[in-house]
Amino acid sequence: MPHLAVNNLRAKYGALEVLKGVSFSIEKGQVVALVGPSGSGKSTVLRTLVGLTPVTGGNVTIHDDKIDYASSGSLRRARDQMAIVFQQYNLFQNMRIIDNVTVAPVKIKKRPKDEARADAERLLAMVGLADKLNAFPDQLSGGQQQRVAIARALALHPEILLLDEVTSALDPELVNEVLDSIRQLAKDGMTMILVSHEMAFVREVADKVVFMDGGSVVEEGLPEVLFDAPKTDRAREFFGKILRH
Amino acid sequence: MERILEQIPRFFTADNMALLLQSAGLTLAMTVAGCVIGFGLAFVLVYLRQTPGRWALPLRVICVAYVEVFRRIPFIVVIYLVLFFIQTVASNASLFTIAVISICIYAIAYTAEIIRGGLESVPLTQMEAARAMNFGRLRTLVTITLPQAWPVILPPAIAFAVSFIKDTALVSQIGVFELTFRGKELNNQGYSGILVFGTIAMCYFLMSFPLSMLGQYLEKRLATPRSEQSARKIRRT
Repeated sequence: MPHLAVNNLRAKYGALEVLKGVSFSIEKGQVVALVGPSGSGKSTVLRTLVGLTPVTGGNVTIHDDKIDYASSGSLRRARDQMAIVFQQYNLFQNMRIIDNVTVAPVKIKKRPKDEARADAERLLAMVGLADKLNAFPDQLSGGQQQRVAIARALALHPEILLLDEVTSALDPELVNEVLDSIRQLAKDGMTMILVSHEMAFVREVADKVVFMDGGSVVEEGLPEVLFDAPKTDRAREFFGKILRH
Repeated sequence: MERILEQIPRFFTADNMALLLQSAGLTLAMTVAGCVIGFGLAFVLVYLRQTPGRWALPLRVICVAYVEVFRRIPFIVVIYLVLFFIQTVASNASLFTIAVISICIYAIAYTAEIIRGGLESVPLTQMEAARAMNFGRLRTLVTITLPQAWPVILPPAIAFAVSFIKDTALVSQIGVFELTFRGKELNNQGYSGILVFGTIAMCYFLMSFPLSMLGQYLEKRLATPRSEQSARKIRRT
């Protein structure tokens, strides 16, 4: 039984259908990478999973439990199990770093304050930001903010971590510090779905790659198989273009 | 001119000044009560207006209609509407109450738009991050959106209240003993209009000016980037 399964998922932005029946699944402890050209719907898949973009068809199951996105209770349980890290970090600008990480555990998960704080300090130390607890987001670099965002997501103790192009807004020299954090998580057995354009990184950490184009899955498989010997013409064209250099 | 000079010692008596002070206090009390209550209720209105879902459509329509209608009615008409409406349901209501209710009704409509604009200035992604972490609508508003919206909301809200100190002059029309009404009364007692209303004008100025300064101070302070603010704080400690 897969940890999470996406079955024929559909979503629309207004009249534009951005997901035209997407299916894939992820096992516990796996890392699945969604890759593909811009506008192929990769980020929308992640947004749909946490209920930020409405589902118009298909379904998502976690441990065979179907999520009903129309029911607030079911959506709340789903959000309880997943945490998302955004491309633009989206740290709460009005809060210090430590509060960014503890606010949801304390206010939403009702964990004791000192316990949440100790946990947050541990996570921030893990991403190398133990000395920034009292800074505000706008005082940090993009790479630092993104690492805080990862710590904030981990503080929720999610079963599945969703990473939406977490390095594409960063300066090239800041990319590695964020990738290192994710590498560590993969090593620790975190279940992750990540959208990424860092193909070398995807090849290194992903157990499965899902190639999307035009709102549907074109091909999926092991990274080395998909990158080096894609079966479909579309995948061959895409990977041929971006992996050539 | 001679008449004015001759009247000055008679006009600036302790009695007259006490009356003016009392009326100025009443003007200020009406403005503060009306604007503070109105500001609070405006938050409720904005919150209700943003209620999602199909079933809440009538609620949203009512909220929008309220704002659009009352922003297009002269304040004096609101005062008369409240006066005649209140008198049919509670004939013993004081004129002060009627004045405060009128100011409230007007302040809700105007400050609701200020608040809505402020909330909309906060990037949507902040709310999305909160929603993805299971924050409810009210909690998102209180802990995430509002703290970031204050710098946008407060300066125009204070400017509105300051300008309303002047507009309360209109409630003299229904006989509330506020500053302008008192002025007319003193004028009727034979004091020179220039003298009386010159003094009244000064009173309005003295009430508005400090509040304007407070508004400007807050605007400047809130507009300062946080990095500079905390740097200042660190230097101080």
